[in-house]
Amino acid sequence: MTQQGLATAPLESARPPRERGLVGTVVNSAWPVAVGLTVAAMMHVMLPTTIGPFYTRIVIDSGIAIILAVSLNIVNGMTGQFSLGHAAFLALGGYTAGMITFYGSLLLWNSPAKQGGFLGSGEWLFAFACLMGGIVATLAGYVVGLPSLRLRGDYLAIVTLGFGEILRVILQQTRPVIDSVEKLKNAGAAQLWPPPVGGAVGFNGLPKYTNLFWVYAFATFMLVVAFRLKRSSLGRAMISVREDEFAAQAMGVNVARIKVLAFMIAAFFAGLAGGLYAHESGLIMSPRDAGFQRSLDYVLMTVLGGRGSISGVMLAAIILTVMPEALRDFDQYRLIVYALLLIGMMLLRPQGLFGIHEVWDWRPRWRSRAATTRSMPAKGGRPNA
Amino acid sequence: MTHPLNAATRFVARWPQSIGLLLVCAVFSASTGGCNSSGSDGIVLGHYASMTGSEATFGQSTNNGIQLAIDEINQAGGVNGKKVRVITYDDKGDAREAGTAVTRLVTRDKVVAVLGEVASGLSLVGAPVCQENGVPMVSPSSTNPTVTKVGDKIFRVCFIDPFQGFVCAKFARENERVKASKAGILYDQQAPYAVGLQEEFAKAFKKLGGEIVSTQTYQAGDPDFSAQLTAIRASNPDVIFIPGYYTDVGNIAIQVRKLGIKVPLLGGDGWDSDKLGKIGGEAINGSFYSNHYSHEDPDPRVQSFIKKYKERFGDTPDGLAALGYDAARIVCEAIGKAGSLKGDDIAAQLAKTKDFNGVTGKISIDADRNAVKPAVMLEMKGGQPTYVSTIAP
Repeated sequence: MTQQGLATAPLESARPPRERGLVGTVVNSAWPVAVGLTVAAMMHVMLPTTIGPFYTRIVIDSGIAIILAVSLNIVNGMTGQFSLGHAAFLALGGYTAGMITFYGSLLLWNSPAKQGGFLGSGEWLFAFACLMGGIVATLAGYVVGLPSLRLRGDYLAIVTLGFGEILRVILQQTRPVIDSVEKLKNAGAAQLWPPPVGGAVGFNGLPKYTNLFWVYAFATFMLVVAFRLKRSSLGRAMISVREDEFAAQAMGVNVARIKVLAFMIAAFFAGLAGGLYAHESGLIMSPRDAGFQRSLDYVLMTVLGGRGSISGVMLAAIILTVMPEALRDFDQYRLIVYALLLIGMMLLRPQGLFGIHEVWDWRPRWRSRAATTRSMPAKGGRPNA
Repeated sequence: MTHPLNAATRFVARWPQSIGLLLVCAVFSASTGGCNSSGSDGIVLGHYASMTGSEATFGQSTNNGIQLAIDEINQAGGVNGKKVRVITYDDKGDAREAGTAVTRLVTRDKVVAVLGEVASGLSLVGAPVCQENGVPMVSPSSTNPTVTKVGDKIFRVCFIDPFQGFVCAKFARENERVKASKAGILYDQQAPYAVGLQEEFAKAFKKLGGEIVSTQTYQAGDPDFSAQLTAIRASNPDVIFIPGYYTDVGNIAIQVRKLGIKVPLLGGDGWDSDKLGKIGGEAINGSFYSNHYSHEDPDPRVQSFIKKYKERFGDTPDGLAALGYDAARIVCEAIGKAGSLKGDDIAAQLAKTKDFNGVTGKISIDADRNAVKPAVMLEMKGGQPTYVSTIAP
């Protein structure tokens, strides 16, 4: 025992001391959140004036794409379940959040217009609505997660796909939006059920609260959870389910619980992103957003980024949001070039940009090498500053 | 020997393909960043449309019409001596892309006015962006009434759904060859256009003393309509109203005739594409639809437009091309009259448009910024739309 302790002691002392337990978790999560929120606030203050509304919009779109892709990656990448219904959670969250802000604003302020400035009352209602959207999506995630206990691979993909399509058709049957307080107060059951969220036209007229701050604040929240999850016992259990279900079961992992949990966590963040999506200016939440096509956008990002690589998926989300816009000048060849790039990608790196690694995984090697070269006297090379 | 280089080579050695791809992306982004210099002092208009996707012919036709109008105007010396240029962006028929495209047109390319979209759902996405930035937007062919309600900068040069529904209902009730008293409806429940139009048709048809005996729905892209059509057949209507887009309508017509239903089919301007005759074949003949113009109109203005269009693009212009042409000309006229490129001035002139001699008839803009103009009824004969009658507002 003492021998063992002696053998490991130098290794441990070489690393910085790490906090453990609940306090450690909070501390380790708190600083990235603080940094993220500061960056988000700075972006919100500085970016729109320097880069203009068009690029701001792309940055916002990238942020929303990051939340959706990284959350999908918890199911598709970390747990290895193939879900094709992520957009359904997006739509569910978006419609829920939209109903809260739209009808909430109508009842509170007699108009669905924006209330208050940055961090004003309207924005807090919006943030609350996004969280509620996330919670409703989580409940749906539980329901969709259940079949994953009995189905695998393609069959599960079909069930999740079906969920999205069913939701799309249901959303098309909804009633027209009620746009004034008097009409809302006099509305009978016929106008209120199915919910008045616009039917096929989409949920039109929502106050457009989404801005850089809220998008990147929620993105920070999502990323911290994702990174902490990946290093936690729960995350390890998820990865073990991905690698081999039977082996995981043999090691005492509750496979059923892990799978459902993965779906619920992913759904929560997709619902949150749905709230942001619905309140983005120049966008209307429509039933189409629940469908297969939208889901595929995000599946593509996780596949491109690499299964389980959070930073890789983030990068892929940014690339796939920026690229269609960057390719605009190619006009009608845009979609062909886009598809060719994706095919090239799949041929060259079938495991995705980063496989199961993170972007910085190559760095420690460089560091250790740098350390050894630094200890040697430099022969005629540039002095190291 | 130096570390950063060493690290870089290691990285390249480990991730060669990733680097390549990232480089490709970087090059693309750089190339687009570079060519934004619209240094000319001409007038720049923006157009967003579905140039690809399931309704691609709508965007392409409209764009052809716009290009034709702009070329004519430029040949005649431009607007107030300035050349006009149009930037067209594809939105794939997707709301998110449409929003980005319009934002780009309005804030980055600084266009003086926006033309688009065909689909009402996508016009509703672009309209708030234009309104917010004070740039006038003219939709060539969105018929849903809510589009122009977005604000005082949003106009259209086509009639709206209530009028089109009325035209179809009136035609169904009164035309010698239809004389319907019972109508069946089959509509695409995911297209706002179809949903709006069928409501208006049903309202007008009942008001004119008719009866709706069966209302069925489908989803764009469905391969099989036999369940709905069997239900409609059982209700024994005199006419079937199908307010959808041409791709589905062609397939529906084939299945209607297969089921032995003999009554005429009736539709709106969503049918208008030269693909309709190609998809529907023999089955679509003897069906009627309402449209913005007829290419058989003997008016010299119309005939010269058709001749020029054929010379340049090779086929007969559909209603959307004609509307694109009219929209572009109305916008240019308003810019010319306004004498400035300010959004407010152009919008004020657009609102004053009265009896504009368009290919799609005399166009006046009313107080709700909608166009007041007649509609035509066309019949499919030998795979070609032929003129039947004109119905005025």
